[in-house]
Amino acid sequence: MAEVLVLVDHVEGKVRKTTSELLTIARRLGEPSAVFVGPGFDAAKETLARFGAEKIYRVESPEVLEHLVVPQAELLAQLVSSTSPAAVLVPSSPEGKEIAARLAVKTESGLITDAVDVQATGDGSGGVATTQSVFAGSYTVSATVTKGTPIVAVKPNSATPEEVAGAAADEVVDFTPSDAAKGAKITESKPKQATGRPELTEAAIVVSGGRGTGGDFSKVEDFADSLGAAVGASRAAVDAGWYPHTSQVGQTGKQVSPQLYVACGISGAIQHRAGMQTSKTIVAVNKDNEAPIFELVDFGVVGDLFNVLPQATEAITAAKD
Amino acid sequence: MNIVVCVKYVPDAQAERTFNASDNTTDRENVDGLLSELDEYAVEEALKIVEAGEGEVTVLTVGPDAAADAIKKALQMGADKGVHVNDDAIHGSDAIATSLVLAEAIKKIGDVDLVVTGMASTDGTMGVVPAMLAERLGLPAVTFASELTVEGTTATIRRDGDASTQTITATLPALVSVTDQINEPRYPSFKGIMAAKKKPVEQWSLADLGVDAAQVGLDAAWTKVESFAARPPRSQGEIVADEGDGGSKLAAFLTERKFV
Repeated sequence: MAEVLVLVDHVEGKVRKTTSELLTIARRLGEPSAVFVGPGFDAAKETLARFGAEKIYRVESPEVLEHLVVPQAELLAQLVSSTSPAAVLVPSSPEGKEIAARLAVKTESGLITDAVDVQATGDGSGGVATTQSVFAGSYTVSATVTKGTPIVAVKPNSATPEEVAGAAADEVVDFTPSDAAKGAKITESKPKQATGRPELTEAAIVVSGGRGTGGDFSKVEDFADSLGAAVGASRAAVDAGWYPHTSQVGQTGKQVSPQLYVACGISGAIQHRAGMQTSKTIVAVNKDNEAPIFELVDFGVVGDLFNVLPQATEAITAAKD
Repeated sequence: MNIVVCVKYVPDAQAERTFNASDNTTDRENVDGLLSELDEYAVEEALKIVEAGEGEVTVLTVGPDAAADAIKKALQMGADKGVHVNDDAIHGSDAIATSLVLAEAIKKIGDVDLVVTGMASTDGTMGVVPAMLAERLGLPAVTFASELTVEGTTATIRRDGDASTQTITATLPALVSVTDQINEPRYPSFKGIMAAKKKPVEQWSLADLGVDAAQVGLDAAWTKVESFAARPPRSQGEIVADEGDGGSKLAAFLTERKFV
């Protein structure tokens, strides 16, 4: 069976959930081979084995990461050439898509981004069939790759990670980035203060605040914490400077598709809907009973979020005790 | 400083966008188009750089006749000249082919110090053309800039990521993609609108670029849209008015659905 290369997304060896999802998808297409770049391999190995990685290709040279994406694209191109994989899977993050874009040009291969499902075509061709959600979530598109090695950037929450023991045979790859790959360099990196909440695009539950918060996100945050949710924000709230842009849900921010999305004080303009309307269950709290967000909801409360959210938070916290 | 800004003419995201049933491509005829909103930030940033020093901003687009509107808007904002690559054979091109045409056009423009793009188009939203273009031109790329400074031959950006804020540098010539956080795009002034009428816009075909028509278009795409389907509309659930018990009802709903 052909290998399927999976680019591991991790922070110092702590493997992100998206990678276990990609390994699970890879098993539908062939034998999962993880590609690990950077420090922390020993910590990552156990997780990669647990989710079915048969092989792990690894490169630990620090200069691969400090020059951003180009060395990683070169590494994957080298591995595509040496292993002739059935497909290459990367996370559909800005960085993952950039690596995939360069890899597609280098290997003359078709690229599909933002896939929410990936399956084998099942016609014996070894091809892959993908599903994407387009035009702000108003259409679903099925697509295939017709040239080269299928490269697919997969969105978080596109598969339920399955634990299947893999051999995780690791191999240090002999790889040196080209001089051209060193044209851009990270000269400074300031870590953000951790919120302790789940990452927005990976979270099972997202609670977002908008203009209706008036800039006070405390009730939104308390409610999110009672549910173990990530906190998002509408563009109006971000443009007003109330919440960081990295938390923006919408067309020009993050597209999320959690099990539950709660919109608090958000009217539901197309800009926002584009980022959340594929969520499984949608709930809204808004003072305006004509807010377009209510067209989408499974449950809605017409009321002031400053009254509704604290009462809900209290009830949920009490139920858990 | 010679700057090329790549822009795209897209169906209005506020409209009901759809596909052509005949070939599964984006319907660009029956939906009003405009300059992709995210490209306005790229145009604005290029103008600011030139206004603070010296140089020229060329706005480049690949698209059908109507795409001339995207160039016009950028010229009204203040860009110096336009290049419109327009060829029937381009219809249905994927990101790969689009990046090829853009790369050849930039080579023909020549002597370019900086290529500026938006972070993604508002129609395809893949966000991969900047990286593909940089790869084809052999340029370093610094992407998703929420701040850009160009000093001498170095471009420095700030990128706000989920886990960290990074400072990234590249030596010119380079490609920079910008986010919607980088600036506030200007509205064209009356003077700008009048001046744009006299600004030169080159019309190039694939032949002018030396690109073989067989390398672009729907048949040359490396991916294929097999089918598309409108997402079924969501049916509206229960809406309750808060009469002092809205929060309790919300908690009850979430408990019943096992989110608690």
